[in-house]
Amino acid sequence: MLKYIDEEMQAAKAFSPGNADRSVRLENVSSRRDFLKTLGISGGLVIGLQLLPSGSALAFDPYPTGAEGMPHKTVSDPAVFVAIDSDGSVRLVAHRSEMGTGSRTSLPMVMADEMEADFDRVSVVQAPGDEPKYGNQDTDGSRSLRHFVQPARQVGAAVRQMLEAAAAQQWDVPLARVRARDHAVYLLDGEGADAGETGERLSYGELAESAMAMPVPAFEELNFKTDDQFRYMGKGEIPMVDLHDITTGKAVYGADVQRDGMKYAVVARPPVVGGSVKSMDASETLKVPGVLQVVELAGSIPPAKFAPLGGIAVVADNTWAAIKGREKLIVEWDSGPHGSFNTADYEAQMRATADRPGKVLRSQGDPETAFANAARVVSADYYQPHMVHAQMEPLVAVASFDNGKLEAWAPVQSPYGTRQDLAATLALEEEDVTVNVTLLGGGFGRKSKCDFVLEAALVSKEVGAPIKLQWTREDDIRHGFNATTSVERLEAAIDENDKVVAWRHRSVSPTIFSTFMPDPGYASNVETGMGLVDSPLDVPNLSIEVGEAMAHTRIGWFRSVSNVPHAFAAQSFIAEVADSLGRDPKDMLLELIGPDRVIDPKAANMPEDLWNYGEPYEEFPNDTGRLRHVVELAAEKANWGTALPDGEGMGIAVHRSFVSYVASVVRVQIDDDGTIRIPEVHTAIDCGYCINPERVHSQIEGAAVMGTTLAMYSGITYENGAVKESNFHDYPVARITTYPERVHTHIVEHPFSVHATGVGEPGVPPFAPALANAIFAATGKRLRDLPFGDKVV
Amino acid sequence: MITITINGEEHQFDGDPEMPLLWYVRDVLGLTGSKYGCGSGLCGACTMHMDGKSVRSCVVPVQAADGQSVVTIEGLDPNGDHPAQKAWRDYNVPQCGFCQAGQIMQAASLLAQNSEPTDEQITEHMTGNICRCGCYQRIQAAVKAAAVEQASKGA
Repeated sequence: MLKYIDEEMQAAKAFSPGNADRSVRLENVSSRRDFLKTLGISGGLVIGLQLLPSGSALAFDPYPTGAEGMPHKTVSDPAVFVAIDSDGSVRLVAHRSEMGTGSRTSLPMVMADEMEADFDRVSVVQAPGDEPKYGNQDTDGSRSLRHFVQPARQVGAAVRQMLEAAAAQQWDVPLARVRARDHAVYLLDGEGADAGETGERLSYGELAESAMAMPVPAFEELNFKTDDQFRYMGKGEIPMVDLHDITTGKAVYGADVQRDGMKYAVVARPPVVGGSVKSMDASETLKVPGVLQVVELAGSIPPAKFAPLGGIAVVADNTWAAIKGREKLIVEWDSGPHGSFNTADYEAQMRATADRPGKVLRSQGDPETAFANAARVVSADYYQPHMVHAQMEPLVAVASFDNGKLEAWAPVQSPYGTRQDLAATLALEEEDVTVNVTLLGGGFGRKSKCDFVLEAALVSKEVGAPIKLQWTREDDIRHGFNATTSVERLEAAIDENDKVVAWRHRSVSPTIFSTFMPDPGYASNVETGMGLVDSPLDVPNLSIEVGEAMAHTRIGWFRSVSNVPHAFAAQSFIAEVADSLGRDPKDMLLELIGPDRVIDPKAANMPEDLWNYGEPYEEFPNDTGRLRHVVELAAEKANWGTALPDGEGMGIAVHRSFVSYVASVVRVQIDDDGTIRIPEVHTAIDCGYCINPERVHSQIEGAAVMGTTLAMYSGITYENGAVKESNFHDYPVARITTYPERVHTHIVEHPFSVHATGVGEPGVPPFAPALANAIFAATGKRLRDLPFGDKVV
Repeated sequence: MITITINGEEHQFDGDPEMPLLWYVRDVLGLTGSKYGCGSGLCGACTMHMDGKSVRSCVVPVQAADGQSVVTIEGLDPNGDHPAQKAWRDYNVPQCGFCQAGQIMQAASLLAQNSEPTDEQITEHMTGNICRCGCYQRIQAAVKAAAVEQASKGA
C-alpha cells in the first residue's frame, strides 16, 4: 500500500532542512524605531495600489481586488514591512495570521523574491494587531495572498530599487550601471539588460545604512520582475519559516506564552447559548489546592457578536488545579430563550420548510411552467448538521491587564478586530490595548471570533495578574460558533427528450448574521453567494430560493462556509440526475455547465447584491471555461471511465469558491463489512497564478481530509439547548486509518497576469459530494445526509 | 515527593500527585513543546516517551511517572535532528504544526522498536495521533523515510 508518490514529493525533497531554523518572535520588533536603524524612513508613507493607464510596459499590470473594500485595505510602505540590518540579515513582517495555510511564509517569500533577497537570510516577524499600520489583518476568506501579493511585490521592488540607488550613489554611476542580485548590488560593465557584472559588489548589509537616505520610489517608478525572473514565486521550494521550530517543539502557539506571575483559568459556561448563572456554590472549588479564586463573568444572548457566554472562571496556580476546581463547582443554570432547542426537531422543521415554496432570489426563464409541464421531475433533499471546527489547539489566550493597559497574546485570525473588541469590552482606548499574535494551532474560522481573548482579559482585570485562559476540548466542542445547519432541496424537470429543462435549488439554513444582528431568518447575500445564486448551470429555467430558518445557536464561519452544503447538494444531485437518465456523471456535469463562457450576472438574472467573495466581478468573473477545465483535468488524471473492480467506484464534483475553481475525483473501495476506503483522490485546482505550489498541494491534501471528516463524522447534536458531544470519542475526525491514502494535486498553470485567487478553502466543498458520488457508483447507495459514517450499511 | 527524570534532568515535585504529566511539564517546568489537545488520551498531541515507550501525558498522573525517565520533544535529540524530525522537515509535513510534536514522538517510539515498519504497522502505530489539518499523507511518507534513514545508520 504505497501511500504517497515520489513525483509529488520532488519539490518537498529539495528542501534543505538547515534553511529553516528561524525563530518565532512574539515581541513587536517591528517598531518604527527598529526600522529607522536601517531603512530610516520616517512619516506614515503609504503607497496605495495605483492603477496605471492601460498600455503600461510594467511587468505586471496592477489590478483592483476586494482588498479595497476591506477595512484598512492594503499597505505597501517598505518601512512597515522590511528592515535590513548591517550584517545583511533581513526582517520581513508577516501581518496575516498563520494557521497552517502557509501565508506567513508565502507573503514574505514574495517580498524577498521581488527585492532579490536571499530567503536563507530572512527572518519573519509577526505583526501585532494594527490595521492602520499594516492593512487588513482579518485572516479569513482565503484572502491573504489574493489581496496582498501585489502590495508584497511593491514593497520588495521599492526596497530593491532603494538599495540599487544607494549603490549607484556610492559608486557615482548612473542607476543603469547597477543591478541587484542575490542579496547584493553589482556594478555593471555597461548599461542595459545585456550589461555584465564587473565583479564589484556591495552587499545588502553594506548598503542598508545608505539606502535609508533614499526616497521610496513612486509606484510609477517601480520596475517589477518578469515571471521568468522569479527566484521563489511559482516554485514551491521554500520550506515553511516555522518548520524547524515546529519539529523541535520550539514554535510558540497561544498556549505556550508564559508571563511572570501568570495564573491559569478555566471557565464553567452556561450549557445553553444565552443562559446564565442562577445560583453558584464555589466552596468545594476553593478547597482544591492551587485554586485561588473564582470570578463570575457576565453572559450574553445572541446577537452578541463575540461577547463571552459568561459563567464562572476558576483561577489557579496551574491548569490542572483550575480544571479540578471547576469540577467541584455547583452551579444552577438558567437556560434562557434557547433551552428547548433540539436538533432532531429543528431538522424536521427545516425539511418541512424546504418542501414549501421559498423566497426566490434568482429566476431565469419560466421555471414554474417548466416544472408543471415536465415529463418527469427528479428531486432530493440533502442535510448538513451543525458542525464545530475542532482545530487541534483548543481556544486559549493570555491577557495581562496592568495599570489601565491590556496586553494579550493569542492565536487569533483577526488581531485588530480582537483589539477593537478588547478596547470596547474593557472601556479602554485602542492605544492602550496590544494584541500579539502567536501561531495558531488550526483556525478554520473559529479563531476569527475572539470571545476567548475577551474572557482572559476580563479575568485578568478582575484578578490583577496575567491570566492564561484555557478552553478544554469539551469547552471547544460545546461552545463553538457552529457551521450552519441546512436542508437543501434540489429539483430537476426533465422533458420527453431526457433533457434537463428546469432546475430548482432551495436552501434552508440559519444565517451567520444572527450572530451580529437581530436574526433576519434568511441566509444573507454573502452566504447565498457561496455556490447558490451564482450557480453556473446552463439550464433555461432556473429558480434559486431560500427558506426561513431562525438560529438557536451561535453560528460562525467554518472553512468554506456555505459552499459546503450548497456544493454537497448541487454536485450530488447532478450525479443523481445523471443516474436517472442513464448518463455518465462527468458528461452530465459538463453538459449542465454548458459551453465555455464568462457568465454575465445580469443576463443570468443573478441578484444585484451578488457577493463574488468581495472581488470586483470584471476582474474575477465566473468563467465556465475554467470550471470545465478543472473537471476535465481531474477526470483525465484519475482515468475517469476506466473499468473498476466490484466494490469500487469513482465520483466527481466541481465547485467555484473564493474565486478559484476546484474539481475532485474520489475513488472508493468498499470492504466486505461496508468500510469505506479512499485509495485515491485527484484534485485539480485553478487558483490563477500559483504563488507557492508546495503549500497549495498541502492545502488540497488537507482539504481532502477535512472533506472526509465532515462527510463521515461531523455533527453536533443539541438536546434541550445543550450540545451532547464533548471530545474526539463522540465528535470524531479522520485519523490516519481513514484518510484518503493518496491525494494527487493538479495545479492549472498560469502566468502572474492571471490573478491569484483563494486556496485555503476552495478544496473542501467538492470533496464530500465527490465522495458520496463515488460511494453511489460503488454500491448503488445514495447518501444525502451528512455525516454518513465510515461504513455503508 | 515525586522524582522524575525529564530529558536527562532530575526533577522533584511535591504537588498534586494526580496532576497529569502534561500539565506538570508545561505549567510547572515550562516546557511547552508537548501540547494539550483533548485531555483524554484521544488525540496524541501530548505524546512523550516514558522509559522508551510513547505515552499520552495528558492521562498519566505524575505519580505514575515517579522514578521514571521521561523524554519530551525538547529532549528527543540534542540538535533536533532525530531521523523523524529530519524526515518531517524533508517532507515539509506540517500545516499549522500543533499536533506535530506528538506525531514525531509517536513516530520515534515506533522507530525505536521497529527499524523496518511496514505501511500497515506505521498506520496502526500512528492511529492515535490526530492531525486536523490533514497531513497524514506526508506523515506516513515521513515515517517511512525516517525508518530508511535510521536503518542506513545501523541504528
